[in-house]
Amino acid sequence: MESHHSIRRRKRSFRFLGDLYAILMYAVFYIPVAVMIAFSFNDAQRNYYWQGFTTDWYGKLFSFANTDLWDALLYSVIIAVLATIISVTIGVLGGIGLKKFRFVGKKFIDMMIYVPIIVPEIVLAVAMLIIFMTIGVKLGMGTILIGHCTFCIPYAVVTIKGRISGDNETLQEASMDLGANRFQTFWKVTVPSIMPGIMSAAFLSFTLSIDDVVMSNMLAGARQSTLPVLILSLNRTGITPDANALTTVMIVALVLGMLAVNGLQRHRRKKEARLAAEAEKAISTAGGR
Amino acid sequence: MTAKPQPVRKRKHSRLPLLAQAGPVSAWMILFVTIPLLYIIYISFMTRGTFGGVEHEFSITSYQTLLDVTYFKVIEKSFRAAVITTLLCLLLGYPFAYYIARKPADVASRLIMLIMIPFWTNSLMRLNAWMLLFQTNGPVNNLLLALGWIDAPKMFIYSDWLVMLGLVTNMLPFAVLPMYSSIEKLKKSLLEASADLGARPAKTFMRVTLPLTFPGIFSAIILTFIPALGIYTITDMLGGGKVLYIGNIIKNQFGAIRNWPLGAALSVLLLLITALLIFIYTRFARIEDMEVL
Repeated sequence: MESHHSIRRRKRSFRFLGDLYAILMYAVFYIPVAVMIAFSFNDAQRNYYWQGFTTDWYGKLFSFANTDLWDALLYSVIIAVLATIISVTIGVLGGIGLKKFRFVGKKFIDMMIYVPIIVPEIVLAVAMLIIFMTIGVKLGMGTILIGHCTFCIPYAVVTIKGRISGDNETLQEASMDLGANRFQTFWKVTVPSIMPGIMSAAFLSFTLSIDDVVMSNMLAGARQSTLPVLILSLNRTGITPDANALTTVMIVALVLGMLAVNGLQRHRRKKEARLAAEAEKAISTAGGR
Repeated sequence: MTAKPQPVRKRKHSRLPLLAQAGPVSAWMILFVTIPLLYIIYISFMTRGTFGGVEHEFSITSYQTLLDVTYFKVIEKSFRAAVITTLLCLLLGYPFAYYIARKPADVASRLIMLIMIPFWTNSLMRLNAWMLLFQTNGPVNNLLLALGWIDAPKMFIYSDWLVMLGLVTNMLPFAVLPMYSSIEKLKKSLLEASADLGARPAKTFMRVTLPLTFPGIFSAIILTFIPALGIYTITDMLGGGKVLYIGNIIKNQFGAIRNWPLGAALSVLLLLITALLIFIYTRFARIEDMEVL
Protein backbone atom coordinates (compact mmCIF):
# COMPACT_ATOMS: atom_id res chain seq x y z
CA MET A 1 0.00 0.00 0.00
CA GLU A 2 2.75 2.36 0.98
CA SER A 3 4.51 1.95 -2.36
CA HIS A 4 1.25 2.43 -4.23
CA HIS A 5 0.82 5.77 -2.53
CA SER A 6 4.32 6.88 -3.26
CA ILE A 7 3.96 5.96 -6.94
CA ARG A 8 0.81 8.03 -7.17
CA ARG A 9 2.49 10.90 -5.38
CA ARG A 10 5.45 10.67 -7.73
CA LYS A 11 3.13 10.68 -10.73
CA ARG A 12 1.39 13.77 -9.41
CA SER A 13 4.60 15.63 -8.74
CA PHE A 14 5.77 14.63 -12.22
CA ARG A 15 2.64 16.14 -13.71
CA PHE A 16 3.16 19.28 -11.65
CA LEU A 17 6.73 19.56 -12.95
CA GLY A 18 5.43 19.14 -16.49
CA ASP A 19 2.88 21.93 -16.06
CA LEU A 20 5.51 24.17 -14.54
CA TYR A 21 7.89 23.51 -17.42
CA ALA A 22 5.18 24.27 -20.00
CA ILE A 23 4.32 27.52 -18.23
CA LEU A 24 8.00 28.50 -18.31
CA MET A 25 8.19 27.74 -22.05
CA TYR A 26 5.10 29.81 -22.77
CA ALA A 27 6.56 32.59 -20.65
CA VAL A 28 9.62 32.62 -22.92
CA PHE A 29 7.32 33.01 -25.94
CA TYR A 30 5.00 35.61 -24.43
CA ILE A 31 7.43 37.80 -22.46
CA PRO A 32 8.77 39.59 -25.59
CA VAL A 33 5.21 40.22 -26.80
CA ALA A 34 4.18 41.59 -23.40
CA VAL A 35 7.25 43.84 -23.23
CA MET A 36 6.64 45.01 -26.81
CA ILE A 37 3.05 45.97 -25.89
CA ALA A 38 4.09 47.59 -22.60
CA PHE A 39 6.58 49.85 -24.39
CA SER A 40 3.83 51.15 -26.68
CA PHE A 41 2.69 53.02 -23.56
CA ASN A 42 6.16 54.41 -22.83
CA ASP A 43 6.35 58.17 -22.28
CA ALA A 44 9.65 58.57 -24.13
CA GLN A 45 10.70 59.84 -27.56
CA ARG A 46 12.50 56.59 -28.35
CA ASN A 47 12.31 53.24 -26.65
CA TYR A 48 15.36 52.57 -24.53
CA TYR A 49 14.10 52.83 -20.96
CA TRP A 50 10.72 52.96 -19.33
CA GLN A 51 9.94 56.60 -18.52
CA GLY A 52 6.32 56.57 -17.48
CA PHE A 53 2.89 55.65 -18.73
CA THR A 54 1.12 57.41 -21.56
CA THR A 55 -1.46 56.52 -24.19
CA ASP A 56 -0.32 59.41 -26.40
CA TRP A 57 1.42 57.14 -28.90
CA TYR A 58 -1.87 55.62 -29.96
CA GLY A 59 -3.28 59.11 -30.51
CA LYS A 60 -0.21 60.07 -32.51
CA LEU A 61 -0.39 56.84 -34.48
CA PHE A 62 -4.00 57.43 -35.51
CA SER A 63 -3.42 61.08 -36.32
CA PHE A 64 -1.42 59.57 -39.21
CA ALA A 65 1.33 62.15 -38.66
CA ASN A 66 4.08 59.53 -38.94
CA THR A 67 3.63 58.91 -42.64
CA ASP A 68 6.80 56.74 -42.82
CA LEU A 69 5.19 54.13 -40.61
CA TRP A 70 1.84 54.10 -42.42
CA ASP A 71 3.41 54.16 -45.89
CA ALA A 72 5.56 51.18 -44.92
CA LEU A 73 2.56 49.33 -43.51
CA LEU A 74 0.49 50.03 -46.64
CA TYR A 75 3.37 48.82 -48.82
CA SER A 76 3.72 45.66 -46.72
CA VAL A 77 -0.01 44.95 -46.80
CA ILE A 78 -0.27 45.45 -50.58
CA ILE A 79 2.68 43.11 -51.12
CA ALA A 80 1.30 40.55 -48.66
CA VAL A 81 -2.15 40.55 -50.29
CA LEU A 82 -0.71 40.19 -53.80
CA ALA A 83 1.77 37.53 -52.65
CA THR A 84 -1.07 35.62 -51.00
CA ILE A 85 -3.28 35.72 -54.10
CA ILE A 86 -0.45 34.65 -56.44
CA SER A 87 0.97 32.01 -54.09
CA VAL A 88 -2.37 30.42 -53.26
CA THR A 89 -3.41 30.30 -56.92
CA ILE A 90 -0.16 28.73 -58.08
CA GLY A 91 0.07 26.64 -54.92
CA VAL A 92 -3.43 25.16 -55.25
CA LEU A 93 -2.96 24.33 -58.92
CA GLY A 94 0.53 23.01 -58.24
CA GLY A 95 -0.47 21.00 -55.18
CA ILE A 96 -3.21 19.26 -57.16
CA GLY A 97 -1.07 18.87 -60.28
CA LEU A 98 1.97 17.50 -58.50
CA LYS A 99 -0.19 15.06 -56.57
CA LYS A 100 -2.14 13.85 -59.61
CA PHE A 101 0.25 13.76 -62.55
CA ARG A 102 3.44 11.94 -63.34
CA PHE A 103 5.71 13.72 -65.79
CA VAL A 104 9.31 14.01 -66.80
CA GLY A 105 11.20 16.08 -64.24
CA LYS A 106 8.48 15.79 -61.60
CA LYS A 107 10.93 14.46 -59.05
CA PHE A 108 13.14 17.48 -59.67
CA ILE A 109 10.23 19.91 -59.18
CA ASP A 110 9.16 18.06 -56.04
CA MET A 111 12.66 18.59 -54.70
CA MET A 112 12.79 22.24 -55.80
CA ILE A 113 9.60 22.90 -53.79
CA TYR A 114 11.53 22.13 -50.61
CA VAL A 115 14.54 24.29 -51.48
CA PRO A 116 13.03 27.67 -50.50
CA ILE A 117 11.66 26.15 -47.30
CA ILE A 118 14.99 24.72 -46.19
CA VAL A 119 17.80 26.80 -47.75
CA PRO A 120 18.64 29.93 -45.71
CA GLU A 121 16.58 32.82 -47.02
CA ILE A 122 19.62 35.06 -47.45
CA VAL A 123 21.07 32.64 -50.02
CA LEU A 124 17.96 32.69 -52.18
CA ALA A 125 17.59 36.45 -51.76
CA VAL A 126 21.15 37.08 -52.85
CA ALA A 127 20.85 34.64 -55.75
CA MET A 128 17.75 36.44 -57.00
CA LEU A 129 19.36 39.83 -56.45
CA ILE A 130 22.30 38.85 -58.67
CA ILE A 131 19.95 37.64 -61.42
CA PHE A 132 17.82 40.80 -61.25
CA MET A 133 20.88 43.06 -61.31
CA THR A 134 22.44 41.11 -64.17
CA ILE A 135 19.43 41.27 -66.45
CA GLY A 136 18.69 44.82 -65.35
CA VAL A 137 15.36 44.43 -63.56
CA LYS A 138 14.54 47.54 -61.55
CA LEU A 139 14.32 46.68 -57.86
CA GLY A 140 11.06 47.56 -56.16
CA MET A 141 7.65 46.16 -55.37
CA GLY A 142 7.81 43.69 -58.26
CA THR A 143 11.07 42.12 -57.15
CA ILE A 144 10.00 41.95 -53.48
CA LEU A 145 6.76 40.32 -54.61
CA ILE A 146 8.64 37.70 -56.65
CA GLY A 147 10.87 37.03 -53.65
CA HIS A 148 7.93 36.58 -51.28
CA CYS A 149 6.02 34.33 -53.69
CA THR A 150 9.10 32.17 -54.08
CA PHE A 151 8.96 31.12 -50.43
CA CYS A 152 5.14 31.32 -50.06
CA ILE A 153 4.35 29.06 -53.04
CA PRO A 154 6.22 26.04 -51.58
CA TYR A 155 4.38 26.35 -48.25
CA ALA A 156 1.08 26.62 -50.15
CA VAL A 157 1.92 23.55 -52.27
CA VAL A 158 2.90 21.49 -49.21
CA THR A 159 -0.25 22.56 -47.32
CA ILE A 160 -2.52 21.72 -50.27
CA LYS A 161 -0.81 18.41 -51.02
CA GLY A 162 -1.36 17.40 -47.42
CA ARG A 163 -5.09 18.05 -47.81
CA ILE A 164 -5.61 15.97 -50.93
CA SER A 165 -6.46 12.36 -50.20
CA GLY A 166 -7.81 9.43 -52.19
CA ASP A 167 -11.33 10.68 -51.48
CA ASN A 168 -10.75 13.79 -53.55
CA GLU A 169 -9.81 11.78 -56.59
CA THR A 170 -12.83 9.50 -56.21
CA LEU A 171 -15.05 12.59 -55.94
CA GLN A 172 -13.47 14.12 -59.03
CA GLU A 173 -13.96 10.92 -61.01
CA ALA A 174 -17.57 10.77 -59.87
CA SER A 175 -18.11 14.38 -60.88
CA MET A 176 -16.65 13.79 -64.33
CA ASP A 177 -18.61 10.58 -64.78
CA LEU A 178 -21.78 12.47 -63.95
CA GLY A 179 -21.01 14.73 -66.88
CA ALA A 180 -19.32 17.75 -65.32
CA ASN A 181 -16.45 19.15 -67.35
CA ARG A 182 -13.01 19.84 -65.94
CA PHE A 183 -13.74 23.43 -64.92
CA GLN A 184 -17.00 22.55 -63.21
CA THR A 185 -15.30 19.69 -61.41
CA PHE A 186 -12.44 21.96 -60.31
CA TRP A 187 -14.66 24.75 -58.98
CA LYS A 188 -17.58 22.74 -57.62
CA VAL A 189 -15.82 19.63 -56.29
CA THR A 190 -12.05 19.97 -55.94
CA VAL A 191 -11.84 23.50 -54.53
CA PRO A 192 -14.57 23.10 -51.87
CA SER A 193 -13.10 19.79 -50.75
CA ILE A 194 -9.69 21.36 -50.05
CA MET A 195 -11.05 24.70 -48.77
CA PRO A 196 -9.53 24.32 -45.26
CA GLY A 197 -6.14 23.75 -46.90
CA ILE A 198 -6.61 26.80 -49.10
CA MET A 199 -7.50 28.92 -46.07
CA SER A 200 -4.46 27.83 -44.09
CA ALA A 201 -2.22 28.30 -47.15
CA ALA A 202 -3.57 31.83 -47.52
CA PHE A 203 -3.10 32.60 -43.85
CA LEU A 204 0.43 31.20 -43.90
CA SER A 205 1.40 33.12 -47.05
CA PHE A 206 0.05 36.38 -45.65
CA THR A 207 1.82 36.06 -42.30
CA LEU A 208 5.11 34.94 -43.92
CA SER A 209 5.02 37.82 -46.38
CA ILE A 210 4.06 40.59 -43.98
CA ASP A 211 6.74 39.58 -41.46
CA ASP A 212 9.52 39.00 -43.98
CA VAL A 213 12.72 40.98 -43.57
CA VAL A 214 15.42 39.29 -45.64
CA MET A 215 13.83 39.23 -49.12
CA SER A 216 12.23 42.64 -48.54
CA ASN A 217 15.56 44.09 -47.50
CA MET A 218 17.70 42.61 -50.27
CA LEU A 219 15.27 43.03 -53.16
CA ALA A 220 13.89 46.49 -52.25
CA GLY A 221 14.37 49.58 -54.37
CA ALA A 222 15.66 52.80 -52.89
CA ARG A 223 12.30 54.52 -52.56
CA GLN A 224 10.03 52.54 -50.28
CA SER A 225 10.67 49.87 -47.68
CA THR A 226 8.28 47.43 -46.03
CA LEU A 227 7.36 47.79 -42.35
CA PRO A 228 9.84 45.16 -41.07
CA VAL A 229 12.67 46.72 -43.09
CA LEU A 230 11.75 50.15 -41.72
CA ILE A 231 11.87 48.73 -38.19
CA LEU A 232 15.27 47.15 -38.91
CA SER A 233 16.64 50.55 -39.95
CA LEU A 234 14.90 52.34 -37.04
CA ASN A 235 16.66 49.96 -34.66
CA ARG A 236 19.94 51.83 -35.23
CA THR A 237 18.56 55.10 -33.91
CA GLY A 238 16.07 53.66 -31.44
CA ILE A 239 12.54 52.57 -32.20
CA THR A 240 9.80 55.11 -31.61
CA PRO A 241 6.96 53.86 -29.38
CA ASP A 242 4.40 54.45 -32.15
CA ALA A 243 5.96 51.46 -33.95
CA ASN A 244 5.13 49.43 -30.83
CA ALA A 245 1.61 50.87 -30.86
CA LEU A 246 1.15 49.89 -34.51
CA THR A 247 2.49 46.37 -33.90
CA THR A 248 0.16 46.05 -30.90
CA VAL A 249 -2.84 47.11 -33.00
CA MET A 250 -1.84 44.56 -35.66
CA ILE A 251 -1.47 41.61 -33.27
CA VAL A 252 -4.75 42.45 -31.52
CA ALA A 253 -6.52 42.63 -34.90
CA LEU A 254 -5.00 39.31 -35.95
CA VAL A 255 -6.00 37.50 -32.77
CA LEU A 256 -9.54 38.96 -32.90
CA GLY A 257 -9.78 37.95 -36.56
CA MET A 258 -8.72 34.43 -35.72
CA LEU A 259 -11.22 34.17 -32.85
CA ALA A 260 -13.97 35.44 -35.17
CA VAL A 261 -13.11 32.84 -37.83
CA ASN A 262 -13.00 30.10 -35.17
CA GLY A 263 -16.33 31.22 -33.74
CA LEU A 264 -17.89 31.31 -37.21
CA GLN A 265 -16.62 27.82 -37.96
CA ARG A 266 -17.95 26.46 -34.68
CA HIS A 267 -21.30 28.15 -35.34
CA ARG A 268 -21.45 26.61 -38.82
CA ARG A 269 -20.51 23.16 -37.52
CA LYS A 270 -23.24 23.39 -34.88
CA LYS A 271 -25.76 24.49 -37.50
CA GLU A 272 -24.74 21.64 -39.79
CA ALA A 273 -25.05 19.16 -36.94
CA ARG A 274 -28.51 20.50 -36.09
CA LEU A 275 -29.64 20.31 -39.72
CA ALA A 276 -28.27 16.79 -39.99
CA ALA A 277 -30.15 15.77 -36.86
CA GLU A 278 -33.36 17.31 -38.19
CA ALA A 279 -32.91 15.61 -41.54
CA GLU A 280 -32.36 12.29 -39.82
CA LYS A 281 -35.49 12.79 -37.74
CA ALA A 282 -37.47 13.69 -40.85
CA ILE A 283 -36.23 10.61 -42.65
CA SER A 284 -37.05 8.32 -39.75
CA THR A 285 -40.59 9.73 -39.42
CA ALA A 286 -41.04 9.45 -43.18
CA GLY A 287 -39.80 5.89 -43.04
CA GLY A 288 -42.16 5.03 -40.20
CA ARG A 289 -45.20 6.24 -42.12
CA MET B 1 -38.36 0.42 -65.01
CA THR B 2 -34.68 0.74 -65.46
CA ALA B 3 -32.85 3.41 -67.40
CA LYS B 4 -30.66 2.21 -70.16
CA PRO B 5 -27.07 2.47 -68.92
CA GLN B 6 -25.37 5.37 -70.62
CA PRO B 7 -22.06 4.49 -72.20
CA VAL B 8 -19.31 6.09 -70.19
CA ARG B 9 -17.93 8.93 -72.19
CA LYS B 10 -14.32 8.25 -72.99
CA ARG B 11 -12.30 11.20 -71.75
CA LYS B 12 -9.85 12.55 -74.19
CA HIS B 13 -6.35 12.25 -72.85
CA SER B 14 -5.17 15.82 -72.93
CA ARG B 15 -2.00 17.50 -71.73
CA LEU B 16 -3.88 20.69 -70.92
CA PRO B 17 -4.71 19.96 -67.25
CA LEU B 18 -1.16 18.88 -66.58
CA LEU B 19 0.19 22.08 -68.11
CA ALA B 20 -2.36 24.28 -66.35
CA GLN B 21 -1.84 22.73 -62.93
CA ALA B 22 1.78 21.65 -62.67
CA GLY B 23 3.03 24.20 -65.22
CA PRO B 24 3.00 27.46 -63.23
CA VAL B 25 4.63 26.02 -60.13
CA SER B 26 7.29 24.22 -62.17
CA ALA B 27 8.06 27.32 -64.19
CA TRP B 28 8.25 29.47 -61.06
CA MET B 29 10.58 27.09 -59.25
CA ILE B 30 12.93 26.76 -62.24
CA LEU B 31 12.95 30.48 -63.01
CA PHE B 32 13.31 31.80 -59.48
CA VAL B 33 14.99 28.96 -57.57
CA THR B 34 16.99 26.68 -59.88
CA ILE B 35 18.41 29.30 -62.23
CA PRO B 36 19.38 31.83 -59.51
CA LEU B 37 21.04 29.11 -57.44
CA LEU B 38 22.99 27.78 -60.44
CA TYR B 39 23.98 31.32 -61.33
CA ILE B 40 25.21 32.09 -57.81
CA ILE B 41 27.43 28.98 -57.97
CA TYR B 42 28.80 30.30 -61.27
CA ILE B 43 29.37 33.78 -59.81
CA SER B 44 31.27 32.32 -56.85
CA PHE B 45 33.95 31.13 -59.31
CA MET B 46 34.29 34.52 -61.00
CA THR B 47 36.54 37.49 -60.31
CA ARG B 48 35.54 40.51 -58.32
CA GLY B 49 35.11 43.59 -60.52
CA THR B 50 37.21 46.64 -59.81
CA PHE B 51 34.20 48.82 -59.01
CA GLY B 52 32.09 46.07 -57.53
CA GLY B 53 30.12 43.66 -59.65
CA VAL B 54 31.72 40.76 -61.45
CA GLU B 55 34.28 40.13 -64.15
CA HIS B 56 33.56 36.91 -65.95
CA GLU B 57 36.96 35.36 -65.47
CA PHE B 58 37.41 32.07 -63.66
CA SER B 59 39.10 32.17 -60.28
CA ILE B 60 38.89 30.44 -56.92
CA THR B 61 40.00 33.57 -55.07
CA SER B 62 36.66 33.82 -53.23
CA TYR B 63 37.02 30.35 -51.79
CA GLN B 64 40.59 31.07 -50.78
CA THR B 65 39.42 34.24 -49.07
CA LEU B 66 37.03 32.17 -46.95
CA LEU B 67 40.08 30.53 -45.41
CA ASP B 68 41.52 33.90 -44.35
CA VAL B 69 41.64 34.22 -40.59
CA THR B 70 38.99 36.97 -40.42
CA TYR B 71 36.41 35.13 -42.49
CA PHE B 72 37.26 31.72 -41.15
CA LYS B 73 36.69 33.00 -37.63
CA VAL B 74 33.24 34.27 -38.58
CA ILE B 75 32.37 30.93 -40.17
CA GLU B 76 33.58 29.06 -37.11
CA LYS B 77 31.66 31.37 -34.80
CA SER B 78 28.46 31.02 -36.82
CA PHE B 79 28.81 27.27 -36.76
CA ARG B 80 29.31 27.20 -33.03
CA ALA B 81 26.30 29.45 -32.47
CA ALA B 82 24.12 27.35 -34.81
CA VAL B 83 25.18 24.11 -33.09
CA ILE B 84 24.51 25.49 -29.62
CA THR B 85 21.17 26.93 -30.75
CA THR B 86 20.15 23.59 -32.23
CA LEU B 87 21.17 21.63 -29.13
CA LEU B 88 19.34 24.03 -26.81
CA CYS B 89 16.24 23.92 -29.01
CA LEU B 90 16.26 20.12 -28.95
CA LEU B 91 16.87 19.88 -25.20
CA LEU B 92 14.29 22.53 -24.32
CA GLY B 93 11.86 21.58 -27.06
CA TYR B 94 11.64 17.81 -26.70
CA PRO B 95 10.15 17.73 -23.18
CA PHE B 96 7.80 20.52 -24.19
CA ALA B 97 6.72 18.66 -27.33
CA TYR B 98 6.31 15.49 -25.25
CA TYR B 99 4.19 17.35 -22.71
CA ILE B 100 1.85 18.67 -25.43
CA ALA B 101 1.68 15.36 -27.32
CA ARG B 102 0.48 13.51 -24.22
CA LYS B 103 -2.50 15.86 -23.81
CA PRO B 104 -5.90 15.00 -25.35
CA ALA B 105 -6.10 16.04 -29.02
CA ASP B 106 -8.28 19.13 -28.54
CA VAL B 107 -6.14 20.45 -25.69
CA ALA B 108 -2.97 19.74 -27.68
CA SER B 109 -4.16 21.64 -30.72
CA ARG B 110 -5.01 24.60 -28.50
CA LEU B 111 -1.58 24.44 -26.86
CA ILE B 112 0.04 24.41 -30.32
CA MET B 113 -2.04 27.45 -31.29
CA LEU B 114 -0.77 29.18 -28.15
CA ILE B 115 2.79 28.67 -29.42
CA MET B 116 1.97 30.15 -32.82
CA ILE B 117 0.20 33.33 -31.67
CA PRO B 118 3.27 35.20 -30.31
CA PHE B 119 4.97 34.56 -33.64
CA TRP B 120 2.39 36.62 -35.47
CA THR B 121 3.92 39.64 -33.79
CA ASN B 122 6.59 41.25 -35.93
CA SER B 123 9.76 39.28 -35.24
CA LEU B 124 11.98 42.38 -35.10
CA MET B 125 9.74 44.01 -32.51
CA ARG B 126 9.96 40.87 -30.38
CA LEU B 127 13.74 40.94 -30.66
CA ASN B 128 13.72 44.60 -29.72
CA ALA B 129 11.73 43.67 -26.61
CA TRP B 130 14.59 41.41 -25.42
CA MET B 131 16.90 44.35 -25.98
CA LEU B 132 14.67 46.62 -23.85
CA LEU B 133 14.56 44.01 -21.08
CA PHE B 134 18.31 43.53 -20.99
CA GLN B 135 19.36 47.20 -21.38
CA THR B 136 22.22 48.22 -19.14
CA ASN B 137 19.85 50.09 -16.82
CA GLY B 138 16.86 48.02 -17.83
CA PRO B 139 14.47 45.78 -15.88
CA VAL B 140 16.64 42.65 -15.75
CA ASN B 141 19.70 44.48 -14.51
CA ASN B 142 17.60 46.39 -11.97
CA LEU B 143 16.09 43.15 -10.72
CA LEU B 144 19.47 41.46 -10.37
CA LEU B 145 20.83 44.54 -8.56
CA ALA B 146 17.84 44.61 -6.20
CA LEU B 147 18.32 40.92 -5.44
CA GLY B 148 21.95 41.60 -4.76
CA TRP B 149 23.11 39.04 -7.30
CA ILE B 150 25.28 41.59 -9.09
CA ASP B 151 27.04 44.69 -7.80
CA ALA B 152 26.98 46.79 -10.97
CA PRO B 153 24.82 46.73 -14.10
CA LYS B 154 26.00 44.16 -16.60
CA MET B 155 26.38 44.82 -20.33
CA PHE B 156 24.05 42.17 -21.72
CA ILE B 157 23.21 43.94 -24.97
CA TYR B 158 25.36 43.62 -28.09
CA SER B 159 26.75 40.36 -26.69
CA ASP B 160 26.93 36.86 -28.17
CA TRP B 161 24.90 35.83 -25.17
CA LEU B 162 21.88 37.97 -26.06
CA VAL B 163 22.14 36.94 -29.71
CA MET B 164 21.96 33.33 -28.51
CA LEU B 165 18.84 34.12 -26.47
CA GLY B 166 17.29 35.66 -29.59
CA LEU B 167 18.24 32.67 -31.73
CA VAL B 168 16.87 30.08 -29.31
CA THR B 169 13.60 31.89 -28.60
CA ASN B 170 12.99 32.41 -32.32
CA MET B 171 13.93 28.90 -33.45
CA LEU B 172 12.28 26.95 -30.63
CA PRO B 173 8.83 26.60 -32.25
CA PHE B 174 10.43 25.15 -35.39
CA ALA B 175 11.97 22.48 -33.17
CA VAL B 176 8.87 21.86 -31.07
CA LEU B 177 6.38 21.44 -33.94
CA PRO B 178 8.05 18.58 -35.89
CA MET B 179 9.00 16.79 -32.67
CA TYR B 180 5.45 17.21 -31.40
CA SER B 181 3.94 15.63 -34.49
CA SER B 182 6.27 12.63 -34.40
CA ILE B 183 5.71 12.06 -30.67
CA GLU B 184 1.98 12.45 -31.23
CA LYS B 185 2.06 9.71 -33.89
CA LEU B 186 3.81 7.36 -31.49
CA LYS B 187 1.49 4.52 -30.58
CA LYS B 188 0.71 4.47 -26.89
CA SER B 189 0.41 0.67 -27.11
CA LEU B 190 4.11 0.40 -27.95
CA LEU B 191 5.08 2.21 -24.77
CA GLU B 192 2.71 0.07 -22.76
CA ALA B 193 4.12 -3.06 -24.35
CA SER B 194 7.60 -1.97 -23.45
CA ALA B 195 6.54 -1.33 -19.86
CA ASP B 196 4.67 -4.64 -19.69
CA LEU B 197 7.76 -6.45 -20.88
CA GLY B 198 9.51 -5.04 -17.86
CA ALA B 199 11.39 -2.07 -19.24
CA ARG B 200 11.84 0.81 -16.84
CA PRO B 201 10.54 4.20 -18.06
CA ALA B 202 14.08 5.40 -18.79
CA LYS B 203 14.79 2.30 -20.89
CA THR B 204 11.48 2.61 -22.73
CA PHE B 205 12.35 6.20 -23.54
CA MET B 206 15.86 5.39 -24.80
CA ARG B 207 14.94 2.22 -26.70
CA VAL B 208 11.44 2.99 -28.00
CA THR B 209 10.39 6.63 -27.79
CA LEU B 210 13.63 8.26 -28.87
CA PRO B 211 14.38 6.03 -31.91
CA LEU B 212 10.77 6.17 -33.15
CA THR B 213 10.64 9.95 -32.91
CA PHE B 214 14.02 10.40 -34.55
CA PRO B 215 12.58 11.67 -37.87
CA GLY B 216 10.90 14.48 -35.94
CA ILE B 217 14.13 15.22 -34.11
CA PHE B 218 16.08 15.36 -37.35
CA SER B 219 13.46 17.64 -38.93
CA ALA B 220 13.90 19.86 -35.90
CA ILE B 221 17.68 19.84 -36.40
CA ILE B 222 17.33 20.89 -40.04
CA LEU B 223 14.71 23.54 -39.31
CA THR B 224 16.78 25.15 -36.55
CA PHE B 225 20.39 24.59 -37.60
CA ILE B 226 20.14 25.84 -41.18
CA PRO B 227 18.20 29.06 -40.48
CA ALA B 228 20.42 29.76 -37.46
CA LEU B 229 23.45 29.49 -39.72
CA GLY B 230 22.15 31.98 -42.27
CA ILE B 231 20.37 34.50 -40.09
CA TYR B 232 21.41 38.13 -40.02
CA THR B 233 18.41 39.97 -38.58
CA ILE B 234 18.90 38.62 -35.06
CA THR B 235 22.56 39.59 -35.01
CA ASP B 236 21.62 42.98 -36.47
CA MET B 237 18.94 43.64 -33.87
CA LEU B 238 20.65 42.23 -30.76
CA GLY B 239 24.32 42.31 -31.69
CA GLY B 240 24.32 45.97 -32.70
CA GLY B 241 26.78 45.34 -35.54
CA LYS B 242 29.31 43.89 -33.12
CA VAL B 243 28.27 40.29 -33.53
CA LEU B 244 28.75 39.09 -37.12
CA TYR B 245 27.64 35.77 -38.50
CA ILE B 246 27.85 34.31 -42.02
CA GLY B 247 24.50 35.91 -42.92
CA ASN B 248 25.80 39.38 -42.06
CA ILE B 249 28.95 38.86 -44.13
CA ILE B 250 26.92 37.71 -47.15
CA LYS B 251 24.57 40.67 -46.83
CA ASN B 252 27.46 43.12 -46.56
CA GLN B 253 29.01 41.84 -49.81
CA PHE B 254 25.91 43.05 -51.62
CA GLY B 255 25.74 46.34 -49.76
CA ALA B 256 28.68 48.56 -48.96
CA ILE B 257 31.51 46.13 -49.66
CA ARG B 258 30.33 44.95 -53.06
CA ASN B 259 32.32 41.74 -53.34
CA TRP B 260 29.75 39.59 -55.10
CA PRO B 261 31.92 36.51 -55.71
CA LEU B 262 32.79 36.35 -52.00
CA GLY B 263 29.14 36.65 -51.00
CA ALA B 264 28.32 34.01 -53.60
CA ALA B 265 31.03 31.67 -52.25
CA LEU B 266 29.66 32.00 -48.71
CA SER B 267 26.17 31.30 -50.05
CA VAL B 268 27.47 28.19 -51.82
CA LEU B 269 28.98 27.09 -48.50
CA LEU B 270 25.54 27.37 -46.88
CA LEU B 271 24.00 25.53 -49.84
CA LEU B 272 26.48 22.68 -49.45
CA ILE B 273 25.79 22.31 -45.74
CA THR B 274 22.06 22.31 -46.43
CA ALA B 275 22.45 19.69 -49.16
CA LEU B 276 24.56 17.51 -46.87
CA LEU B 277 21.99 17.59 -44.05
CA ILE B 278 19.14 16.87 -46.45
CA PHE B 279 21.12 13.99 -47.94
CA ILE B 280 21.58 12.47 -44.48
CA TYR B 281 17.88 13.00 -43.79
CA THR B 282 16.80 11.20 -46.96
CA ARG B 283 18.84 8.16 -45.92
CA PHE B 284 16.26 7.28 -43.28
CA ALA B 285 13.14 9.32 -44.07
CA ARG B 286 11.30 10.75 -47.04
CA ILE B 287 11.63 14.47 -47.56
CA GLU B 288 7.85 14.64 -48.14
CA ASP B 289 7.35 13.45 -44.57
CA MET B 290 9.33 16.30 -43.11
CA GLU B 291 7.04 18.42 -40.99
CA VAL B 292 7.87 21.86 -42.25
CA LEU B 293 4.75 23.68 -41.13
